[in-house]
Amino acid sequence: MTSALEFTGVEKRYGELAVLDGFELSVPRGEKLAIIGPSGSGKSTVLRIAMALEGIQRGRVELLGETLWDGAKRPPEKTLRRLRLHAGMVFQHFNLFPHMSALENVCCAPVDVLGVPRAQAQARGRELLEQVGLADKADSAPEQLSGGQKQRVAIARALAMEPAVMLFDEVTSALDPEMVGEVLNVLRDLAARSDMTMLLVTHEMQFAGEIADRIVFMDGGRVVEQGPPEQLLSQPSEPRTQAFLRSVLQPGRQAPAQD
Amino acid sequence: MNFDWGYALETLPGLLSGLVITLQATVLGMLVALTLGLLLAVLRHAGGRWIGGAARHFIEFVRSTPLLIQLYFLFYVLPGLGVTLSPLVTGVLALGVHYAAYCAEVYRAGINSVPRGQWEAAASLGYPAGARWRRIILPQAIPPVIPALGNYLIAMFKDTPLLSAITVMEVLQVAKIAGAESFRYLEPLTLVGVMFLVLSLTASRLVRRLEARYGRQARPA
Amino acid sequence: MPRPAHCVPQRWTNKPVSGLIELLPTLLEGLRLTLQITVVAAALGLACAVVAGLAREFAPRPLNWLAATYVEVFRGTSALVQLFWFFFALPLMGINLGAFLTAVLVLGLNTGAYGAEVVRGAIGAVPRGQWEAAASLGYGRAGTLRRVIFPQAALAMVPPTGNLLIELLKNTALVSMITLSDLTFRAQMLRAETLRTVEIFLLVLLLYYLAARLITHGMGRLERHLARGRDHGGSLS
Ligand SMILES: Nc1ncnc2c1ncn2[C@@H]1O[C@H](COP(=O)(O)OP(=O)(O)O)[C@@H](O)[C@H]1O
Ligand SMILES: [Mg+2]
Repeated sequence: MTSALEFTGVEKRYGELAVLDGFELSVPRGEKLAIIGPSGSGKSTVLRIAMALEGIQRGRVELLGETLWDGAKRPPEKTLRRLRLHAGMVFQHFNLFPHMSALENVCCAPVDVLGVPRAQAQARGRELLEQVGLADKADSAPEQLSGGQKQRVAIARALAMEPAVMLFDEVTSALDPEMVGEVLNVLRDLAARSDMTMLLVTHEMQFAGEIADRIVFMDGGRVVEQGPPEQLLSQPSEPRTQAFLRSVLQPGRQAPAQD
Repeated sequence: MNFDWGYALETLPGLLSGLVITLQATVLGMLVALTLGLLLAVLRHAGGRWIGGAARHFIEFVRSTPLLIQLYFLFYVLPGLGVTLSPLVTGVLALGVHYAAYCAEVYRAGINSVPRGQWEAAASLGYPAGARWRRIILPQAIPPVIPALGNYLIAMFKDTPLLSAITVMEVLQVAKIAGAESFRYLEPLTLVGVMFLVLSLTASRLVRRLEARYGRQARPA
Repeated sequence: MPRPAHCVPQRWTNKPVSGLIELLPTLLEGLRLTLQITVVAAALGLACAVVAGLAREFAPRPLNWLAATYVEVFRGTSALVQLFWFFFALPLMGINLGAFLTAVLVLGLNTGAYGAEVVRGAIGAVPRGQWEAAASLGYGRAGTLRRVIFPQAALAMVPPTGNLLIELLKNTALVSMITLSDLTFRAQMLRAETLRTVEIFLLVLLLYYLAARLITHGMGRLERHLARGRDHGGSLS
């Protein structure tokens, strides 16, 4: 079977700045993959390329065996849209639609994009809100929800499209500390009970260790080291990985400046 | 010469029927301006280099040339192209196009204030471009700019007397004819001034109410 | 609307006009009057704007009220109605200004009314701390205004003033309706004579457009000039 995501020799630049440089990553279907690394190392960029929000300059990206990006060539909008249906994304800053209630946020895309009948989409939306523990917030406006609640609605919204691959970009980083737990619990639950492929960019090392099949450490736009959680977190072999882990596990120590 | 209340009262019915034409022109003109302006704003944003650039130049050109000339242009040129419209319809069209350029800039401000994350969230959910605009972007972009659009509605109202230049019997034209017949301009023209003052002050107050309602609604979620 | 025949300069009435180039001198003559009216009305408008803007912000009751009435009346009625009132109604009360004076007076007062709001907004936007800092240095109210507040507010006034000047330029077209032979008037004349409607009006639109660009350009330079070496006085609000 083909893999869920396949990055081959990917180069991504913003002007002069090379954000990804010879980036390689292969994610088998069903894998729960955590991506860690210092800020600015290109983690979000990887997810955004997989979500077809950004193109690349060189290399190749395949999603579920289909070519998403092939060099700098931009596929037709129709292809992009079809491939986007295979992936879903949860953003650091939620990006809920402020003009819709929680339930509408969850069921709008199935109705608008997939043409699911509204009643059916709403029923499914309620199930998903219940799954993330927000059954009672269906009619709330986003601005009435706490950060943790918003992020759980955002997760339900992405799940409603039943993507094969889910991309989570630092989904707890914008939350107050007391709300991190409720979101992580939802993710834990999801990882345990679903066979979706999940890519999680996170700074929660312990959480990554718990749920990930594999952890990838990125720095300077490349994969520096990867392996099973127990190995990568406790016996990293690369000095840069060691330095990074020291800095995040011992608060107060700065991560070394990247080159 | 003193203000002759009797004469003023005499001209009032004629002026009021002229005012009806004025208000018709305002409402119809605004409908044109609101729709065409939205189209221009979206084209400007999404039309790419050529179409977007053309929309931008069109907006700037219309905004920096006088409405009166645009009015004459349509009035004299359209018939030559085989399009015969009544003066009122021509006037509505000119008002509509002129203020569409202003509305387009207002919409643009609204569109630009929608955070990038909203576009990305819509894209990540598979929304095609058209639905992205209709369901996600415009419902957020438009409410905050409704007061600004209202202000242009008032400005357009105050520009409708220009239609008298192409023979539309709006309120100023009626006043001028009444004045020319009796050699008494003071009463009808003063009445017209008062009508504009009352209506636009009332409308401004309404817009301020809208501001209170929509003012700071846009907030990232 | 019929144009009075006496406003048609003799030398154009019986000469056939063929090329675009031949339209140009007539139109440029009209443009000169358009620009004259714009400049004089702009000067009057700026003066009215500053006086009325300051009066609304700082003057005691009766003066403040007078300024507010001026602003509301000229913003609340239509420019063309104002022009007609001053041109047709005022002479019947014994005040006959003539077309040119009427034009610059009305357009100047109209622009000044909108400008007063610009002045008021810009002064209101200067942070309170600036008043307090000046007061702590012993400045009086007038001194603070002149030396501290106005120089800061001026920068914020430039872009909206540029827009107002463009609106003024466009509004000068209305003077063609009170017998002045400005650019718009000449266009109408030429059209009646030659029936070359499309060329004439396109040319006229272009001339107005270029004049508007000139204003935009000038205001841009003024803004850059005022902005040089300016920070925000330590008031990040
Ligand atoms: N739209 C953009 N334009 C220019 N530079 C960008 C853009 N997006 C990201 N970058 C740069 O790319 C680098 C990697 O960004 P990102 O993938 O967000 O890193 P991470 O998520 O690991 O913190 C950063 O240096 C960032 O400044
Ligand atoms: Mg990131």
